[in-house]
Amino acid sequence: MTNTWQDIRNANVVIVMGGNAAEAHPCGFKWVIEAKIENGAKLVVVDPRFTRTASVADYYAPIRPGTDIAFLSGVMRYLLEKDAIQHAYVRAYTNASLLVADGFAFEDGHFSGFNGETNTYDKASWNYEFDDQGFAKADDTWQNPRCVINLLKQHVSRYTPEMVSRITGTPQDKFLHVCELIASTAAPDKAMTSLFALGWTQHSVGAQNIRAMAMVQLLLGNIGVAGGGMNALRGHSNIQGLTDIGLLSNQMPGYLSLPTDKETSFDDYMKTKLFKPLRPGQTSYYQNYGKFVVSLQKALWGDAATKENNWGYDWLPKLDVPLYDIIRAFEMMNNGEMTGYICQGFNPLQAFPDRGKIRRGLSKLKFLVTMDPLDTETSRFWQDFGPQNPAKSTEIQTEVFQLPVTCFAEESGSLVNSARWLQWHWKAAEGPGKAMADIWIMSGIFHRLRDMYRKEGGAFPDPILNMTWKYTNPTAPDPEELAKEMNGRALADLTDPVTNVVTKTGTLLDGFGQLKDDGTTASGCWIFAGSFTEKGNQMARRDATDPREQGIAPNWAWAWPANRRILYNRASADLDGKAWNPKKPVIEWNGTRWTGIDVPDYIPTTKPSDNVGPFIMNAEGLGRLFALNLMAEGPFPEHYEPFESPSENVLHPKVPNNPVARVFADDRASFGHRRDFPYVATTYRLTEHFHFWTKHALINAILQPEEFIEIGEVLAKEKGIAQGGWVKVSSKRGEVICKAYVTKRIKPMTVDGKATHVIGVPLHWGFTGQARKGYGANTLTPSVGDANTQTPEFKAFLVNIERTAAPAT
Amino acid sequence: MPLTRREFLKVTGVGLAAGSLGMLGFGASGVAQAAAVRPFKLAHTTETRNTCTYCSVACGILIYSMGDRAKNALSNIIHIEGDPDHPVNRGTLCPKGSALLDIVHAPTRLKAPRYRKPGGTEFEEVSWDFALDRIARLMKEDRDKHFITQNAAGTTVNRWTSTGMLAASASSNETAYLTWKVARSLGMVVFDNQARV
Repeated sequence: MTNTWQDIRNANVVIVMGGNAAEAHPCGFKWVIEAKIENGAKLVVVDPRFTRTASVADYYAPIRPGTDIAFLSGVMRYLLEKDAIQHAYVRAYTNASLLVADGFAFEDGHFSGFNGETNTYDKASWNYEFDDQGFAKADDTWQNPRCVINLLKQHVSRYTPEMVSRITGTPQDKFLHVCELIASTAAPDKAMTSLFALGWTQHSVGAQNIRAMAMVQLLLGNIGVAGGGMNALRGHSNIQGLTDIGLLSNQMPGYLSLPTDKETSFDDYMKTKLFKPLRPGQTSYYQNYGKFVVSLQKALWGDAATKENNWGYDWLPKLDVPLYDIIRAFEMMNNGEMTGYICQGFNPLQAFPDRGKIRRGLSKLKFLVTMDPLDTETSRFWQDFGPQNPAKSTEIQTEVFQLPVTCFAEESGSLVNSARWLQWHWKAAEGPGKAMADIWIMSGIFHRLRDMYRKEGGAFPDPILNMTWKYTNPTAPDPEELAKEMNGRALADLTDPVTNVVTKTGTLLDGFGQLKDDGTTASGCWIFAGSFTEKGNQMARRDATDPREQGIAPNWAWAWPANRRILYNRASADLDGKAWNPKKPVIEWNGTRWTGIDVPDYIPTTKPSDNVGPFIMNAEGLGRLFALNLMAEGPFPEHYEPFESPSENVLHPKVPNNPVARVFADDRASFGHRRDFPYVATTYRLTEHFHFWTKHALINAILQPEEFIEIGEVLAKEKGIAQGGWVKVSSKRGEVICKAYVTKRIKPMTVDGKATHVIGVPLHWGFTGQARKGYGANTLTPSVGDANTQTPEFKAFLVNIERTAAPAT
Repeated sequence: MPLTRREFLKVTGVGLAAGSLGMLGFGASGVAQAAAVRPFKLAHTTETRNTCTYCSVACGILIYSMGDRAKNALSNIIHIEGDPDHPVNRGTLCPKGSALLDIVHAPTRLKAPRYRKPGGTEFEEVSWDFALDRIARLMKEDRDKHFITQNAAGTTVNRWTSTGMLAASASSNETAYLTWKVARSLGMVVFDNQARV
């Protein structure tokens, strides 16, 4: 989230698209209701189903799964055509005026630079036009046809209301009414907030779904302001924290990237991370990248990381492919290329697409380790549970270790919420039986390996032997010690060049502004610098005081970065430093510095007249309507059909799907066609359940005891399916036999002239826990991911459905 | 006399003693009636601030446990409710959060390390030492066999692709950071968490 949960109350329009906050995030959704009651906000919901979020909306529009880019491109076309954009904001704070290089083009579904043999792009032309000094050229009058804003107008011109309706199935009048509501927030003192979740990410074009809405928000001047922003409602209690700390194939803590094979030395690695400003006088804060990396290396390797050995650069693994993501991991397993897999609090047998492939992959491992508080399906993949998990145990040679771990109530530590708050929590009891903390288990494995490498030697032991491990109890480090290590310390006396204040050796740092690239500071996660200082554990703060009652609560816990609660908040003020919305100011220029209820996302003493852009992490200081070379599919979002789709791509039939999606051959062979699988399916959570955990909790197992699918009345009648009757739902990859819930909440849509039915597949069931046994939605889903993130396409795929007899009991 | 919710609980929770009822303005009959009422259950518990383990709204919760954290007392969690002081959830919990007690005490909570042999049909209980020794040995064998120090072009790459790990998105930052250190020191690149889904 760019903003906070409580800040939603400041919105004038709340759009929920790509999520269902009322059911998946109920206690956060209260702030939407607060916005309606206290601020007269309009709630707009665009969703394939009439969800409980839709049931309290001021306006609801249906949409076919997987067509959000077409819808949002139509919105952009509407805003540009009606001139419903916040002009001053767009001119000064976005790259609308910048000129794009001559070679850039879009034709017949491809952007310039496409190579049809490798299905990759040469992105050289996805860039600005530069002057002699290396600065991007601009035309503030927008007369030049190569201005980003003009190329955007041209790109979205194809998305007329007729075309949008033909692709999305949203009736034109409903689409236009949503456009009107969105456009109302182009006024400088009005804001719209976008609330979304996996309804946008779980597509082969997931990242571009989100970009499309971010562009809408930039055109409306809704980023950085109270009641605005792009608000990803994240799904797990610390999924934000694990992202922040870089527990992802290609990441290091604080969004630093893991080196690749091409970056053969530390200097090579840094060459692409210099972030020279692309416009005169811009902050381009990532110019400090070297300080963050060197401080991380010092935290990891201590005295062993020196300037002479390039801060231990060789001890970091290098990537030869963009990602060793999970879809790739299971492909490798199925190909016999993996030996072991450790699943810490993660249940891939239920969570990853094409369940049969997941089971076959696990069966080929030499060993599997699960660490979990609960008895997961993954840990029992080798046991026969009937049709829900058919397995021949004696033929499966995988060694399996099922390790019991403590849960949230049995440990202390911090979690990062969706609004980037690091909240400390405290242990209330010991775990059951012999259950141990993850920290103890990981330390135990590490010590054993380190001892063996010390005694026996082996493959490249240096990074293991040099890893810092200076904890009071090395076998069970205290969470506070680890939190301090992430925050960072001075490794030498540091003198502030401006104030001459000396930070003594060993002192905890106050913020990332103190970090150095000469080895005199250590910080395990630079964006967390300031979370645990000499003043104590800032994450443990519990003062709920909220100045102006505006949803900031600056002294409750601590937010990264720098305890800033609204990102890009410089953009909440106009060019003179006055709030666009005087009733809800965030920060303003008082003549000498930026002040307000939030920590400025800006150098606090930079004058408004200095023309420094508010998006200080971007090298041109501007919000990007044109994404340069940072997205896999192109600088503008484009509608591509889901890999399993009921319709051809009417915009460019020869390029139906995301042209740069990575699809493994066996996965492509497992895609179904609309001839055999005529119905669109989409997966989701129920409000009574959390993934595959709560079926282990008695109350939740009682509330929603068994697997079912949702089907509209028209299709149910057509197929002779009764309320509560048994059905067989099948895709090319497998079948699920369960009950049907016939509902008014899903209605057929007309897509390209044809009636299109949607089937809803809640995802919570498996074969362990207290609920009845189920197959799991991932029995049906295809193994293909977003081209940038490889997040699987769970939200739009094809199935067939037939009435069937009740299974024998 | 204005009382906050917490003070109210403190005053009334002690077993509704006559004095405290007087403070609340009850008359003599009220005192007599209250004397017959069972003492408020949570008065003898220890209150711990924590965060709901499910979604990322991160509702504040209060965990009530029997036991006073004395060295020889084992805490037992008996009640969990929303933290009324929390600025986001303000004391409320959803259908999942309201049932947190049932997940803490789920019958399928794991209580001992278990091991399944190749081709085995059942789990068997093992010691932590057995499990961790064996896991470390299997990891070392695989790492020593498949670790890639240089690619075909002769570039130093130092990666390990044949053993992978999925990290837990409900674990703390501190667990996550330590896990990162362990995985990357081994050169692991097949490494993700639920954010990938």
